[in-house]
Amino acid sequence: MQVTLKVKRYDPELPEDQRNYYQDYDLDISENSTVLDCLIDIREYQDETLSLRCSCRGAICGSCAMKVNGNAALACKAKITNVIDSNNSITVGPMGNHEIVKDLVVDIGDFWNKLRAIKPWIAPIGPEPETEYITPNEDMQHLTGIVGCILCGACVSDCTVLEVDKNFLGPAALAKAYRFVADPRDGESNSRLESYNEYGGIWDCTRCMACIEVCPKGVAPMDRIMSLREKSIEAGYTNTAGARHSEAFESLVAHSGNLNETQLLIKTIGIFNFPKLISLIPFAVRAAINRKVPPLIHKNIPGVENIRRIHKLIKSSKK
Amino acid sequence: MRLLTKKANFNNSFSGNFDQIGDYKMPNHDVLIIGAGLAGMRAALAAKEAGSNVAIISKVTPVRSHSNAAQGGINAALTDRGDDWTEHAYETVKGSDYLGDQDAIEILSREAGRAVIELEHMGVVFSRDEDGRLGARRFGGQARARTFFVADITGQALLHALFEQLLKSGITLYEEWFVSSLHIENGQCRGVFAFDMKTGKLEFIQAKSVVLATGGCGRIYEPSTNGLIVTGDGMALANSAGAPLMDMEMVQYHPTTLKSNGILITEAARGEGGYLYNALGERFMEKYAPSMKELASRDVVSRAEQTEINEGRGIDGCVFLDVRHLGREFIEQRLGYINEVALDYLGVNLADQPIPIRPGMHYMMGGVKTDVNGQTAIKGLFAAGENACVSVHGSNRLGANSLLDTIVFGRRSGTASAEFSKQIEHSKFSQSALNDEQNRIDTLMARPDNGDRVAKIRLEMGQAMNENVAVFRNEDGMNKAIETLADLRERYDSVPVMSKGKVFNTGLIFALELGYMLDVAQTIAVSAASRKESRGAHNRPDMPSRDDENFLKHTMANRSGKNIKIEHLPVVITQWEPQERVY
Repeated sequence: MQVTLKVKRYDPELPEDQRNYYQDYDLDISENSTVLDCLIDIREYQDETLSLRCSCRGAICGSCAMKVNGNAALACKAKITNVIDSNNSITVGPMGNHEIVKDLVVDIGDFWNKLRAIKPWIAPIGPEPETEYITPNEDMQHLTGIVGCILCGACVSDCTVLEVDKNFLGPAALAKAYRFVADPRDGESNSRLESYNEYGGIWDCTRCMACIEVCPKGVAPMDRIMSLREKSIEAGYTNTAGARHSEAFESLVAHSGNLNETQLLIKTIGIFNFPKLISLIPFAVRAAINRKVPPLIHKNIPGVENIRRIHKLIKSSKK
Repeated sequence: MRLLTKKANFNNSFSGNFDQIGDYKMPNHDVLIIGAGLAGMRAALAAKEAGSNVAIISKVTPVRSHSNAAQGGINAALTDRGDDWTEHAYETVKGSDYLGDQDAIEILSREAGRAVIELEHMGVVFSRDEDGRLGARRFGGQARARTFFVADITGQALLHALFEQLLKSGITLYEEWFVSSLHIENGQCRGVFAFDMKTGKLEFIQAKSVVLATGGCGRIYEPSTNGLIVTGDGMALANSAGAPLMDMEMVQYHPTTLKSNGILITEAARGEGGYLYNALGERFMEKYAPSMKELASRDVVSRAEQTEINEGRGIDGCVFLDVRHLGREFIEQRLGYINEVALDYLGVNLADQPIPIRPGMHYMMGGVKTDVNGQTAIKGLFAAGENACVSVHGSNRLGANSLLDTIVFGRRSGTASAEFSKQIEHSKFSQSALNDEQNRIDTLMARPDNGDRVAKIRLEMGQAMNENVAVFRNEDGMNKAIETLADLRERYDSVPVMSKGKVFNTGLIFALELGYMLDVAQTIAVSAASRKESRGAHNRPDMPSRDDENFLKHTMANRSGKNIKIEHLPVVITQWEPQERVY
């Protein structure tokens, strides 16, 4: 079938105002092809100057992550029949949140720095046994799902937090962080969790789900970050705005059946955090002027005893 | 921000040792490893442990190396569960059709237990049995289940675990640098010429010893299970430098690959109980290997399949793999990756339908000849992993022995190269050698457009090899391959590089890789034509029997310029005299 690929190109060796441009390529290719098949065809037979990373063609090496029609994907998994528009065209561009080196090749140095920052290696508990550590198969099965991450960077490409704050560790590094916290053979869960509670760590995720959507391997990074949050709180690292927010949310809803937004804000900040509280006064005034202040007297919902019973049941079943 | 203070130390070439020569900073190391797959990274960790200043140079980020595509598992005879390494060794010898060197195979089998436990301690999430101990599955050519695995992504799991250890070690990594040649001075390897793919700048990296760990050469064939980066670089570099390549005719066709794109379907599908059927619904392996059936050695199964296909009992050039009887849950847990592959590329769930498969080029048993410590014929040059030939695989490799090979001999080569480097000094830097190499590349880049293309030459080579040096060979076919390759080589010498930039010029990389591939392809075809018998993966119906009297020996391909001269080396036999090989 006839397909057109619109490729976002970048050539650093051109004068600055000419470096970014789009190039269209027309090709006749089997309809069972993937976007990667198209790109390889182009660079082999039409334009050897098109640069991209690729290797295995089978979604295991992680080289070919890029934006297909604006969203991160592995080019070797994107079947053209799934991504062509009504004109049989596909738009392709480099991964987001990274500096472009050339065409579809981006600088992934930061990706490795962030991975390195979470100490991605097993820190064994005590002396090593003669043979293997004895661990239940369910634990290994659970970890296999996360170890399935091929470090392709698709999640990082589309992370909406990274668009505005480059300090965020990002979904890939944090999913990998979870892999070690959840490994029964690793002895440093507590210090790991403590470090992930810093600025740039688990509480900076805005839960937008983009990483879960684009991950080609079902790693679900956001879910792993949420698990890290749970484990942090369980381990006693509760002195963060994020932890206070979670706990306040739960206790406020359990108490009155719906959310007391004013109290939530105050409890998140910390009732004794005077500087921060005072700094919010202008915001509170603007909200009042625009009539966006929650009711000052917060009422329980009818049947709130049932909410409290449900809450008690959940808490006791979790033990 | 406390978390990000320690950087990953990549491309830190000039923060390590260097010599200042005028304005020029020349990096130097005790041990330089080319290739960051399993063998390369294992060698690097071993060399570091031995106290060397080590660096790895790789044309891709380590986790993109093709080791990640290995699926099924890694063999080891663990004595604490009543297994016996001599059993594994014997099965490997038999699997090799008696061409494997038995002293090396004994080392492979004896050190396997240590290798697997070490990996587990590095954090590999091996599957477990009900007692929480390492779980094993059955694999081809072995009577006992001794293949340890992580679902069907064992290669990826191992590669990532080693990468984590590499990050922990702080070893210097030249990431996305391409090695264009070895620097040999007075018969000794003194380092490499390589360029940073991000800038195109050529450097000389000085090293007291170099370890080649560049993997196989699958892209010489079309199709192949191998990734696009697997182009035989190390084999070609060594051969051009004067080191012989051994047993290059031993090319493994894996029995179960997809027709559409050549992607591998793990042997574990059969190991866990899958069956092979022909178009008539017969479980044909009962005819060819009455005892082991689907789990006979790979060359036996591939020949069986090809015979069924050639005799009209296939459909569309394929036979069928059926794992439906294993159940949906089992498939999702133990064969999840290949199930995804089947869904993505065939639109089929393995629990619902059998899938069409056929033999596909997969692995190179041959490679740079080394001793059991990775030492090649060139002083200061070592090799390990798929690009080496010790030989532990002989004329056919058993499944799950390759991952083992990379770890055992990767470690040994790393240690040996570190020890070697302690005994010598660097040689003096030669600006003229660097200039010569730069000129060579500039000349290549400056060729005029004559209408020919790198991709065309590669495709023709791939098709010629897949037709003539495949599962079944014959005199005419192999000679035709040799001729075709000679023509292609001539065309290569004037093919233009149509991409002229300095930054990430993949067009230049392909042109250089094609040169490597043509060289290696030539050694394969010439070696194959010289073996006048059938043994293991080298099967020729015009000489169908194994001839131990005349050919129980290794084929050594020596290169001098464009010519290959074949010599021989006897096979080392310790315990197991060659017998008839039946499965």
